[in-house]
Amino acid sequence: MPLAPDRPAARLLVWLGVVPFLLFALLFLILPTLQVVTGAFRTPDGSATLQNIKGLLTPSILRALALSLKLSLLTAALGCVLGLLLAAAVTRGGLPGWLRGVTMTFSGVASNFAGVPLAFAFIATLGRLGLITVILRDWFGINLMATGFNLISFPGLALAYLYFQIPLMVLIITPALDGLRKDWREAAESLGATGAQYWRMVALPVLWPSLLGTFALLFANAFGAVATAMALTGSSLSILPIILFAQIRGDVLQDPHLGYAVAFAMIFFTGIANLIYVTLRARAERWQK
Amino acid sequence: MKSGRIFSALFFGLACLYFLLPLVGTLEFSLRARRGEYSLDAYRNVLADPQFHQTIGYSFILSLATIVLGVLIVAPTAFWVRLKLPRLRPVVEFLTLMPLVIPPIVIVFGYIRLYNTSSWLPLLGSAAGSDFLLVCGYATLSLPYMYRAIDTGLRAIDVGTLTEAAQSLGAGWVTVLARVILPNILTAILSGAFLTFAIVIGEYVLAALLNRPAFGPYMVWMGGNKAYEPAALAVVAFGITWASMGLIQLFSRFSKHTQARR
Repeated sequence: MPLAPDRPAARLLVWLGVVPFLLFALLFLILPTLQVVTGAFRTPDGSATLQNIKGLLTPSILRALALSLKLSLLTAALGCVLGLLLAAAVTRGGLPGWLRGVTMTFSGVASNFAGVPLAFAFIATLGRLGLITVILRDWFGINLMATGFNLISFPGLALAYLYFQIPLMVLIITPALDGLRKDWREAAESLGATGAQYWRMVALPVLWPSLLGTFALLFANAFGAVATAMALTGSSLSILPIILFAQIRGDVLQDPHLGYAVAFAMIFFTGIANLIYVTLRARAERWQK
Repeated sequence: MKSGRIFSALFFGLACLYFLLPLVGTLEFSLRARRGEYSLDAYRNVLADPQFHQTIGYSFILSLATIVLGVLIVAPTAFWVRLKLPRLRPVVEFLTLMPLVIPPIVIVFGYIRLYNTSSWLPLLGSAAGSDFLLVCGYATLSLPYMYRAIDTGLRAIDVGTLTEAAQSLGAGWVTVLARVILPNILTAILSGAFLTFAIVIGEYVLAALLNRPAFGPYMVWMGGNKAYEPAALAVVAFGITWASMGLIQLFSRFSKHTQARR
């Protein structure tokens, strides 16, 4: 080997190998993030302050934050439960084996089918002239709009978010379900456990860290998303990222440093969620070895 | 477990309805442009729109640039960390996961404040600079996927032995990387590349906030101004995502065969 790590010059050369990556990460990931975080605690002239964070406590921003939290928590919870049921149905529900492959492939596609086209798909299906709206009206005489359902609203947006949340859950939880060993089930049954008891007392406790960890990931996934909401509701539904988007575009909060504080709040929540995910992930992997 | 099977089948059926109806709905809607009959008018209008060609061409070129930049940054680093600096692995892994923690809108906000016209590196002062910044932003967003794909590929081969063998035959580092390591992890790189492509081609937030004429902002503009064309665009976008993911599956299946033969 030309580079023996025992010579100091060679050791330095070894470190040179990662310089391009670290430089890239510094310029396009770390510095921009630090800029936002430090900006949240500074006045326009550069001195330290907590005024920007206090500025978050205005009714309009708090309302947006609450709406964002509600949307992310709801779609993460529903995504977890429904994704787990779907994954359980195709892996251990006694359905034909090929459905599993189809479901996994489709989940890979659907979890990436977010953003603007997803919003269009839901408008074309459940919007004023959408397929389901028209079918309900023409075939069943049901006026979907009159029932109080409105796609351009909180439930409509949640319904659209589930389109990428459920598949993401399926992708992550299926390996964990595969980690449930057959002998555990047999052992439980030989001790007289029913199917429900097996799930409640063996499977779920083993899956718990995976479930909670994935919940945190789905939460962060929904909390940072903006394109779907933007294309579906315009800016009529003020979730936190949409407020930030409008602020970056045109300083609607009329205080650039309040924008930093909003961005900081977003990192704060997605950061906590990911911390939970990473911690629980490490725990969950113990069972998958 | 008969009841379990019935429940599974029922639930799977409901899931199919939820996931397939929007696709059918979009397809049907996109064919409705002519009153009273199905037609391809919406697609014809989209294809006849020069803006469509410009924006999708722009996003296509940008995603290629992103893939090249991503591979150039990630592949040598992942290789080097595996071979020489395993200590640094947790740090590199942490950095590559950061874009999943920090929402894209926050990252681009940082860019705008850091690289505006009055800053030390005024990338946003010119169109070329903005394009460059956008490519770097996309490479950042795809970092988690690119790194994971390439690192998985490297795990499957014996990096140390291959490198030593090549070096004992007189190969330099560039030769080792380009002619020994790269061909061996090509399928991994391709799967990272197609995932990157699927992310970049319809991306909206970064392109919109950096004011670049990409496909994502074009779709949003269409959504606000046209009725049936957005559905046609959604069908096109879904087709692109589907093709990218399908190709990943194809390549990974292909690589499994070649590995089994060894």
